[in-house]
Amino acid sequence: MIDSAEMVKKVFTQKSGRVETNKGDEYYNELFDSAKERLSSLRAQEPLKDIDLMDVIDSEGVNRRDFMKWVSATTATLMLPPMFAPLVAEATELMNRVPVIWIELQDCAGNSEALLRSAAPTVDDLLFDVLSLEFHEALQAAAGHDADRQLEEAVHHFKGDYLLFVEGAIPMANEGRYGTIGASGETFHDHLQRMAKDSAAVVAVGTCATFGGVPAAAPNPTGAVGVMDLVKGKPIINIPACPANPANMVGVVLHYVLTGQVPELDSLLRPKFAFGYRIHDNCERRAHFDAGEFVEEWGDIGAENNWCLYKVGCKGPMTFNNCSIVRYNEGTNWPVGVGRGCIGCSEPDFWDKYAYERPMANANIKAPTGGVEKTVDEFGLGLLTATTVGIGVHAIGSAIAGKKSDEGEE
Amino acid sequence: MAKKHLVIDPITRIEGHLRIEAIIDENNVVTDAYSSSTMFRGIEEILKGRDPRDCGLLAMRICGVCTGTHYQRSIEAVEHAFNVTIPKNARLVRNLVQGALYLHDHIVHFYHLHALDWVDITEALKADPKKTVSEAQKWAGLSGNRPWNASEDVYATVQERVTRYVKQGRLGIFGNAYWGSKGFKLTPEQNLIGLSHYLDALEIQRELGKMMAIFGGKNPHPQSFVVGGVTCVQDIKNPARIAEFKQILKKGREFTKMAYLPDVYMAGTMYADEALEGIGGGLGNFMTFGDFNQDDLPFYESSKLFPSGIVMNKDLSKVYEVDQTKITEDVTHAWYEGETNLHPYEGETKPNYTGFGKNENNIAYLDTENKYSWIKSPLYDDERMEVGPLARMIVGVAKGDERISKYVTTFLKQGNLPTKVLFSTVGRTAARAIETELMADVMMEWVDELAANVANGDLSTWTEFDFDTVSADAEGFGMAEAPRGGLGHWIKIKDGKVANYQAVVPSTWNAAPRDYKGRLGAYEASLVGTKVANPDQPLEILRTVHSFDPCIACAVHIIDTNGKELGVYKVDPIGGTSRA
Repeated sequence: MIDSAEMVKKVFTQKSGRVETNKGDEYYNELFDSAKERLSSLRAQEPLKDIDLMDVIDSEGVNRRDFMKWVSATTATLMLPPMFAPLVAEATELMNRVPVIWIELQDCAGNSEALLRSAAPTVDDLLFDVLSLEFHEALQAAAGHDADRQLEEAVHHFKGDYLLFVEGAIPMANEGRYGTIGASGETFHDHLQRMAKDSAAVVAVGTCATFGGVPAAAPNPTGAVGVMDLVKGKPIINIPACPANPANMVGVVLHYVLTGQVPELDSLLRPKFAFGYRIHDNCERRAHFDAGEFVEEWGDIGAENNWCLYKVGCKGPMTFNNCSIVRYNEGTNWPVGVGRGCIGCSEPDFWDKYAYERPMANANIKAPTGGVEKTVDEFGLGLLTATTVGIGVHAIGSAIAGKKSDEGEE
Repeated sequence: MAKKHLVIDPITRIEGHLRIEAIIDENNVVTDAYSSSTMFRGIEEILKGRDPRDCGLLAMRICGVCTGTHYQRSIEAVEHAFNVTIPKNARLVRNLVQGALYLHDHIVHFYHLHALDWVDITEALKADPKKTVSEAQKWAGLSGNRPWNASEDVYATVQERVTRYVKQGRLGIFGNAYWGSKGFKLTPEQNLIGLSHYLDALEIQRELGKMMAIFGGKNPHPQSFVVGGVTCVQDIKNPARIAEFKQILKKGREFTKMAYLPDVYMAGTMYADEALEGIGGGLGNFMTFGDFNQDDLPFYESSKLFPSGIVMNKDLSKVYEVDQTKITEDVTHAWYEGETNLHPYEGETKPNYTGFGKNENNIAYLDTENKYSWIKSPLYDDERMEVGPLARMIVGVAKGDERISKYVTTFLKQGNLPTKVLFSTVGRTAARAIETELMADVMMEWVDELAANVANGDLSTWTEFDFDTVSADAEGFGMAEAPRGGLGHWIKIKDGKVANYQAVVPSTWNAAPRDYKGRLGAYEASLVGTKVANPDQPLEILRTVHSFDPCIACAVHIIDTNGKELGVYKVDPIGGTSRA
């Protein structure tokens, strides 16, 4: 089994790493000082939960070792240099100072399920010691009016302080009546606005909440949209993917605790620490792409030898996410690992643009201009509006694309 | 005292959005109940026009819980249409991924979604940890097992951890529940066992999720199934992967035998009165489509671990065979036009949202005389059906399936429970536990079979087909069992594209509103006759509804729309609707 913590650390710290981590001493020193200040002010606050995580961790030596290992990997995931590790440990301890309210709208509960699989920290620590999770429909005991009361109390008690996690899209057709919640029959839209109003920031988790996801796929029968299309005047953080990786959910909260601010975001409001580079950049099969070795059809010699999945539709070259590093289920595996390829699930409109089994060169959509190592903001939207070659050019470099790539060159 | 009209929305600890309304009489007995889903997405409409090979990935997103089941049904429907049979390795991998889903899902359901209807957390804090150890030994001993993680220290630590919550007055996810209700019947020690296993199960389910990830890439939403087979050839070749899978499976099996089954004995015994009275029994008609292929014939001809069949009126002496052509859907009380009663291949759905009925004190009541849910009412041969683990166990026993009969009989005998307890809320919960044990045992055989087959040199994972030929004009269905019951996907393909797509899912059968004859859906029927200890804390209603393992997002995704703009509605500030 792959040790994902070690892997994350390696990718982010190795000299030849394809992820740009270094922003210069001045930047980090300033950030370090402000984070220190932030943490001491948080520590001075009355705790929401009177639980000393360090006590919990100290109760077992093995736990502490695991915890420190996790801290160093998480520091790397957040694209911070190792000097931040002690602060990340402290921020973890103080995560329960930040209340979290989690609501579900037009969703499939996949992100809630993903949260339940969190291994970093483990889900029981997360629920009981680390996070101050005040409301979560799929997990909480209360129902009906009592659930409403639970929510009202949390909003009232933590006015202006809570992070609102939103799972699921918002149906806007038919005046929003495709989704109602609670005894009063409040529409998802009104519910979202009411909950967002008093939040400190809104975290859209999963591709439905960020970009509309499945319900917004063509022809979008319910007029589904994402959170950022509706909520104004609040910081919004998008954590797309289907489902979002729990490591990134924890990362966002941790970053908020550490800095008191939303992390640095790209033009699609995704944290750069997780979405600042492509699947392809750190893919375990990348060498085969470069060598021009491709799986041509399921179950062939390439499939048996872990070759590149581009020709059977992998969208890793167009997809910004850290799953090639963090993977899923504690690093157990990931889609490229099982030989299927990436479907681009952290990109807008991926159901209509990427989720098919043909390479981009065979599709009507063209990959962007500008080499393979660009960041999303350098060509991000160009990717979506589909300009020219890109992957075709690269594939020629790999002496493999042949006829397909010709179609890519316009 | 007059009748009371209870509204419970949201029903929490489920997947999706569900509302239950119940009418209770002066003795607090439910005389009428209404089940409504309040969310709609329109996934079949989205599937239309796509390449059939891509449907599985999207159809899987119908649900984030039974995710792999929708994935497989969708792909099977296309395989059926293309007349493609998958190789042995692919069948075994799919069985293992589905089996992992069963184990994971049932355990999460029992401990994290259902247990808080049986277990009073606050009472657990009064327990004596030492006595709790012997209590745990008692229940595990019924099936000859040692209890899971049972020691004075463990129980004391659990108490300490949760006491911290209670003392602070902020209970987090445990807040505002019906603690202290007379509807809870376990002793403090028994409650402590339940609470302790709730926490243990959080870790176990995290491990079990990895089983799906090993051959599926991730959980939820695996990604290794394709039309014709699976893609994870590297993972089945790798003995370390197989060993890891087996190791997690062993742990899940141990937990099932040492915690899950004993806890169900414990709850079943303490709530035996209700079970014997048949509280929560519901319709009494049980249907299963059958699942888990045992040989390499096409799935619709293969012999099954769970055989298909129908039992009517709790009569185990006769089993009817399932004929998919007899399935229809009715929309008399669902928010769609017409009163169609059409087979899924011909199913048409035109949304006709008529909103709620009367609105008082900021409560909008369902318009139960007319339309009141986004879920249609499916019928089998014009009869209402319950689907799920209880249906699978009952049909298995009625059909004389040796393996299922053995597990069910052993369970009842060891727990000293008569067969009739099965027809109740307790029975529905017990059936799920019985099935979990069976599944864990049988999966051990499948892993070994897969390893042996690969060791013999068979690495085939995919069957080739000529897409252009087979996709010109085809139709097919995938019908099998999600953890919560019978699931069918129907597809029509024309010129390489999806011409029509319909899914009829477990919660459509169970959570449906009344039909055109005014007959109740399975949830509704199961609630009638339930006595509520305190109408302000309708714990017993939650317990029965949760016993079905509601998974509502799927039930409403199945409905397709014609995509046109609907009527214009005016939203009244306090939540009611009126037509503009």
